[in-house]
Amino acid sequence: MNALALATRGLDKSFGSLVVAKDIELKLPQGERYALIGPNGAGKTTLINLMTGMLKPDRGHIFLGEKDITALKPEERVKCGLVRTFQINTLFPHLSALEAVTLTVCERRGYARSWWRKLPAYGDAVEEAHAILVSLRLAASCYRPTRELAYGQQRLLEIALALATKPKVLLLDEPAAGVPQGESAELFSVISDLSRDIAVLFIEHDMNVVFRFAHRIIVMVGGRILVEGTPREIAADVRVRDVYLGGTRHG
Amino acid sequence: MTPFTLSEPQRHLEAQIRWQPVELAFWLATLLPFVFAPNYLVLASQIAITALFALSLDLILGYAGIVSLGHAAYFGFGSYTAGLIAKWGWGEPLTGLAAAAVAAGVLGYATSFIIARFRHLALIMITLGLGLLLAEAANSAGWLTGGADGLQGVRMWKLFGAFQFDLYGTTAYTYSLTILFLAFLLARRLINSPFGLALRGIRENAVRMPAIGAPSPAHIRKIYTIAAVMAGVAGGLLAQTTETVSLETLGFARSADVLVILILGGAGRLYGGLVGAIIYMVARDQFSGINPQYWYFWIGTLLIAVVLFLPNGVLGGLTRLMRLVRSAA
Amino acid sequence: MIASAFGVLFDGFAYGMLLFLLSVGLSVTLGMMNFVNLAHCSFAMLGGFVTVTLTNDLGWPFLASLPLAFLSAALVSIALERVLYRRLYGASDLAQCLLTIGIVFVSVAVAAYIYGTIQQPVNLPSYLRGSVAIMGQSLGVYRLFLIGVSIVITAVLVAALEFTRFGAQVRAAVDNQRMARGLGIDVDRVFAVTFALGSGLAGLGGALAIEIVGLDHAFAFTYLIYVLIVVAVGGLGSIAGSFVAASLLGISDMAGKYYFPELGAFLIYFVMVALLMWRPLGLFGRR
Ligand SMILES: Nc1ncnc2c1ncn2[C@@H]1O[C@H](COP(=O)(O)OP(=O)(O)O)[C@@H](O)[C@H]1O
Ligand SMILES: [Mg+2]
Repeated sequence: MNALALATRGLDKSFGSLVVAKDIELKLPQGERYALIGPNGAGKTTLINLMTGMLKPDRGHIFLGEKDITALKPEERVKCGLVRTFQINTLFPHLSALEAVTLTVCERRGYARSWWRKLPAYGDAVEEAHAILVSLRLAASCYRPTRELAYGQQRLLEIALALATKPKVLLLDEPAAGVPQGESAELFSVISDLSRDIAVLFIEHDMNVVFRFAHRIIVMVGGRILVEGTPREIAADVRVRDVYLGGTRHG
Repeated sequence: MTPFTLSEPQRHLEAQIRWQPVELAFWLATLLPFVFAPNYLVLASQIAITALFALSLDLILGYAGIVSLGHAAYFGFGSYTAGLIAKWGWGEPLTGLAAAAVAAGVLGYATSFIIARFRHLALIMITLGLGLLLAEAANSAGWLTGGADGLQGVRMWKLFGAFQFDLYGTTAYTYSLTILFLAFLLARRLINSPFGLALRGIRENAVRMPAIGAPSPAHIRKIYTIAAVMAGVAGGLLAQTTETVSLETLGFARSADVLVILILGGAGRLYGGLVGAIIYMVARDQFSGINPQYWYFWIGTLLIAVVLFLPNGVLGGLTRLMRLVRSAA
Repeated sequence: MIASAFGVLFDGFAYGMLLFLLSVGLSVTLGMMNFVNLAHCSFAMLGGFVTVTLTNDLGWPFLASLPLAFLSAALVSIALERVLYRRLYGASDLAQCLLTIGIVFVSVAVAAYIYGTIQQPVNLPSYLRGSVAIMGQSLGVYRLFLIGVSIVITAVLVAALEFTRFGAQVRAAVDNQRMARGLGIDVDRVFAVTFALGSGLAGLGGALAIEIVGLDHAFAFTYLIYVLIVVAVGGLGSIAGSFVAASLLGISDMAGKYYFPELGAFLIYFVMVALLMWRPLGLFGRR
C-alpha cells in the first residue's frame, strides 16, 4: 500500500441528537480510487464537509499526508491540496465557465490579490483555465454564463473547478448525481483518466460504476463505517447486502 | 498590448472590458452643464458627489454582494475630517481631501474585520448598528462636531491657489467631476482585474469560494476599505464644496438614499450608481418644493416597483430592452 | 435626576415588555422564512393610529380600541403578504430589505399625510392613570397594566406553541423548513398565519406604546431599530430570547437615559454591536 494521502482519526459529529459521524477512521492512500457508498442520509456528504473543513468535528483529527489539518480553514486545506466537489451544483451562475476556472487558477497562483492589471493580461492563468476546460470538453460553451449551461456540463464544471486548484486529494460528492445513466459512464471515464498523482474518493450510488472504477469501497451506514474492502469482498459481504437489499437504496 | 499576441480566450475576456462608445459619450455629456446649464453647476456638483458615493457602495454591494445599511458612516467621517481640518485653519482642498480619504480608510479597515465575519441578517444589523453608533457619537460630541447645528466656520482656500470656490459652482463642479472621473477609472481598473473577478465570485457564490481556495474574508476586507476611502472622499468633497457639515451626512437616511440610488440605477454595473444619482438628484431638485414626506412616498413606491419589476435597475432594464429590440430586428 | 434603582428597573421592564410585543412577531417569522421584514413597525404604527382615531375622533373607550388595533394590523399584513411579500420568498436579502424599506417609506408618508407630523395624544380612562403604592414604591398604573397584558400574552403564546397542533407546526417550520415541508406541513400557510398574528401583536404594541413613547408619523422608523436589536440579540425564532432581550434592552435603555443622558442612544447601539460580535446568532439563536 502507498503512503496515505488522507486519513481521519476518531471523527465524531452530531446535529443535536442525530449522530451523523461516529468514530470515523478513513485511510486513503496516494493515487488510489476509493468509492464511498451507503444509503441516503448515511452521512457521506457530512463526512466530506468534515474533512474539507466546512463543518467542525466534535472530536477527532484529519491528516493530509503527515500533516494534521484539523485546525485549518477550508481555503487553507484547498491550498494544501484537499479539494472537493458538491453533490448539488455550487457554481457561479453569472460567471462564464472560463471566468470561473480562471478565478480558481488566479487564486492558486496568487494573482487574485492584484487589482491593477487587467484579467486578460494574465495570459498564463487564462490559458491554463482554458486548457482544463478543453480537456473536459467544455471549450465550446466556455464563454456562456454558467447558469445557461446544460446540467451535464455544469456537473463537469464542478470537476473543472476542483481540478484547477491542482489537488492532491479529490473528494467527489456524487459527481454524476442527476446525470442520465448513459452519460454517467462518460463522466466517470473523465475521472478515471485523471493523473495518478491524485487520490480520489468518490460517492456514487450506481453499483456498476462503483465496481468498475473503484479500487476499494468504503460502506457507510448511520454515521459509521460498516465495512471496507475490495469490490469483490464488498460484493460478497452479507452485511452490505442486508443494508442494500433490506433497506433503502436510493431512498 | 496588441490584440495579435492574445489568444482566443484572452481576446474574449478583453472584449468584455473594452471601452464602449457609449461610455465615452457619457463622460463627454458630463461636460454639457458647463455650456447649457451654467445655473445648475451647484446641483451638478452635488450629483457628482452622490455618484461617487453610490459608486463606492457599488463596489461592495454590486460586486462583492455585501449589503450595507450604514455606508454613510464613511461618508460622514470623511466629511467631518475635511470640514474640521479646514475649520482649524488648513483650507487647502487637495490635502484636506486626502486626509478625509485616509481617515475614512482607517475607519473602513478597522470595521472591515467585523464586516468580513458576517453575512445575511447579521451583516445588515451590524452595518446598521455601526452607522447608528457613529451618528450617535457625532451627536454627543457637540463640542467637536457642532452637534445638531452642524459644523460652522469651514473656509476653503483657492484650489491650486488659483480657483476660488464660487457661488455658481464652476470650481466645485470641475473639482468634483474630476475626482469622480479619477475614482471611476480606479474602480473600472479594479473591477476588471483578477481581484475584481474574485469579488464577483463572492457575490455569485460565497459557499464555493473557500472550496476553490479563495480567502473571501481577506478580499472583503480589502474592497471594504477601498470603498470606505471612496465614500470618505465623496464626503470630503461635500464638506469642501458646501463649506459646512451636518449630522445628516452620517445619518441612516443617507445610507438608505444611496442604496435607493444604486438599486434604481442598477447595482453591479459600474454606471448604475452614476445614472441613479443623476435621476434621483434631478428629480429631487424638480420636486424640491413639495413636502419631503411626499417625496418619500414616491421613493418608497419606486423602490417597491424596482424590486418587483426592474430587479437590475434602470441600466439592467435598458440592457434587456436593447436585447429585445436587437433580437426582433 | 435622581431615581430609585427600583423605579428605573420597573419603568425599564415595562418599556421592555412593550418592545417585546412589538418584536416577537418579527422574530418568529424571521426564524421561519428568513424574510427580512423591515416594515414590521409599520404595522405597529397602523395599530397606534387606529387606536388614536377610534378613541379621539369616534369616542371609543381605550380598551375597546385595542382589539381593533390588533385586527387592523393583522388584516393589512395579510393583504400585503398576499400581494407583495409572497413574491420575494427565497429572493436575496437585499431585495427583501429594499421592498420592505419601500413599504416603510410609503407608510410614513401616508401617516404624515393623514395625521400630520405632530405627536398624537391618547385619552386613557381614569382607572389606568396615576400610580399606586406597592411596598412603599410608587408604581404607574398604566405600566402595571402593560406588564400584565404582556405577561398574559407571553403565557398564551408559549402555551399555544407548546400544546396546540398549529404551534407544533410553527415549531417544526422554524426548526427546519425543509423537513417540515417533507412532513407535509403547508409551510406557506403556517407562515401567512404566523405573519398575520405577529403583525397583529405589533399593532397592539403600537396602540399600547402611545402612552409610553408617543406616536408620530416616524414611528415605523424610530422603533424599527429597537425591534431589530431585540430580534438580533434574542436570536431568530425564539420567544424566550425575544423576551429576555427586550427586557434587557428596555431596562438598559431606561437606565442609560437616567444615569448617562449625555450619551443618548450610543450605549444601546454599542451594546448591540458588541453582543452581535460575541454571538452573531443572538443570545438564544441556534443556527
Ligand atoms: N446542517 C445540518 N443540520 C442538521 N442536520 C443535517 C445537516 N446536514 C445534514 N444533516 C442530516 O444528517 C444526515 C446525513 O446527511 P448527509 O451527510 O447529507 O447524508 P448522505 O450524503 O449520506 O446522503 C441526514 O439525516 C441529514 O438530514
Ligand atoms: Mg449526500
